Amino acid sequence: MSPPAPVESRILRPVGPLVISIENVTKLYHMGDETIHALRGVSLEIRRNEYLAIMGPSGSGKSTLMNMLGCLDTPTAGKYEFSGQDVASMVDDELADIRNREIGFVFQTFNLLARSDALRNVELPLIYGGISPHDRHERATAALVSVGLGDRIHHRPNELSGGQRQRVAIARALVNRPSIILADEPTGNLDSKTGVEIMALFEDLYEKGNTLIVVTHEESVARHARRIIRLRDGLIESDAPAD
Amino acid sequence: MSEIMRMAFGALGVNKLRSFLTMSGITIGVFSVIGVMTAVSALRGSIETGLSFLGSNTFQFAKWPTGITGGGADWEKIMARRKISLEQAERYADLMKGTTEVICFKVFNNESLVQATANGHKTTPGITFGGTNEYFLMANQFSIDTGRNFTGGDVDMVRPVCILGKDVVTKLFPSESPLGKTIKANGRTYLVIGTFAPKGTMFGQSEDDIIMIPVSRYLMDFGAQRYSVNITTQASSQAAYNITMDQGISAMRIVRGLRPEQANDFELYSNDSLIAAFAKIADVISAGAFIISAIALLAAGVGIMNIMLVSVTERTKEIGVRKAVGARKILILTQFLVESVVLSVTGGLFGIVLGTFAGDGLAMFLNVSIVFPWGWALTGVVVCSVIGIAFGLYPAWKASSLDPIEALRFE
Repeated sequence: MSPPAPVESRILRPVGPLVISIENVTKLYHMGDETIHALRGVSLEIRRNEYLAIMGPSGSGKSTLMNMLGCLDTPTAGKYEFSGQDVASMVDDELADIRNREIGFVFQTFNLLARSDALRNVELPLIYGGISPHDRHERATAALVSVGLGDRIHHRPNELSGGQRQRVAIARALVNRPSIILADEPTGNLDSKTGVEIMALFEDLYEKGNTLIVVTHEESVARHARRIIRLRDGLIESDAPAD
Repeated sequence: MSEIMRMAFGALGVNKLRSFLTMSGITIGVFSVIGVMTAVSALRGSIETGLSFLGSNTFQFAKWPTGITGGGADWEKIMARRKISLEQAERYADLMKGTTEVICFKVFNNESLVQATANGHKTTPGITFGGTNEYFLMANQFSIDTGRNFTGGDVDMVRPVCILGKDVVTKLFPSESPLGKTIKANGRTYLVIGTFAPKGTMFGQSEDDIIMIPVSRYLMDFGAQRYSVNITTQASSQAAYNITMDQGISAMRIVRGLRPEQANDFELYSNDSLIAAFAKIADVISAGAFIISAIALLAAGVGIMNIMLVSVTERTKEIGVRKAVGARKILILTQFLVESVVLSVTGGLFGIVLGTFAGDGLAMFLNVSIVFPWGWALTGVVVCSVIGIAFGLYPAWKASSLDPIEALRFE
């Protein structure tokens, strides 16, 4: 387990305008004859410059909520607005565009393209965003420098340590200057020392004005956030500032 | 688009052996059609630009048609035709006397491989051995090197004399003049009276591997009943060619005793008709190559589809990542489609290069000028693109329709 963060020294940045607004969202899955109520009516508002942790045991609807916040999925019923845009009614390509522009993903298993070097991996969102090669190169390099990998830009994932890979993934999430960075168990595949380093990087990102949502089941990870939402059985159990 | 090309080449480069094997199917398909088409167009080109099967201003009558005829009733009719006998041929020559004198009779051995011997030397088996008359030289563009040509007397008197081609002379009389010597061919003995000047090769076959004897002698030695005489007539000039041919046909009909309502029971060969016959053969060969290639390409296309489906499954997670960072469906679709098109077109280009080399190699062997089959090469590239798209579309569509959540979860 990672040691607790030095809470007394933490900065609490003033929150900005509304980014995500979810109202009474439900999600049903059909598994054969069975209907699973993954979310049973969740309402949530997330503002710019928030640092949020979403917690809950498995089966609580945590992953479903994350997929929905990440615009990988749409709700069965309810309202979801992202920066004032109605996400609930979007088709696949519109969701792809909003993911590209507004959301940076950080995954537990890093999910880098194995055959591409760090720079190419970080450039990927910019390629799909139609950014010119020159700008792309500059921005991807800058993102890698900002996560401390300025000297590793031409290394492939298999030439990097776990922590370095996650840094590449974070650089990829940052590079398009998204409205939110959505991290799913970002330290789950890392040893505790490296996990602490990654959480310190998140702290740094938050202080630079990014909006972070971390999905985790580890209290030690969640404690870094400024606000913790706990889910149980598809409902929000509690939504409170971190102590 | 250049990024997508880069991604596609990158992905193909990872599985080099697999990509190569998949491509080779296309290569083989394209190779066969391009090879055959190159050889055929090289041949056709050289035939249409001045190559003559027969001597200039000549036409020929024979019992058998050349080339490929449609079998069935026609074929039976041809089988039932009477042979053209030497008597008929001589009568034809008489009838044509006022028009042209140059009328060559020919019979050829086409049943067994003939080997000639003299002084303990042997020719290779399979030389050209036949009977003719004094007009053989003019009608077939041969000339006498040493000794003399046949005379009317040789034919009338059924003399056992022969004229040898250059290759036969080299084999049988390596160090002496053959004139006045005897040779044995097909079990009979002949006196050498002359040699032909060398002529070279036609379609890779030597025309100097030849022994000719008087037609009357040939029929006597080997059985008049077994052979049909070919009659080659040479018009006195280009201007007289058509009239001479019309008269020739009339004369043949008289000789054959045909009534006006009866069809010709003999074949007329002219350079035009032989070129047409060649074109017909070339078309059949082309069609055959085309069908074989189509089947090969179909199989190769299925191979591409198979490999692309495997690739999509293997790269499910990659597809999930690409979608998560905002790749639209069409971009994923294009990426995989480009991969299959690159596979198929690269395979096709190899096939075009190899096929052109093979076809032109054959053309060079047959001593005709080489060509680059632009039309077929272009068609090949287009067809390969179509194959790549057609067989790559389903795998690419499958990739683009993956649910990003499921894809990311895939292990």
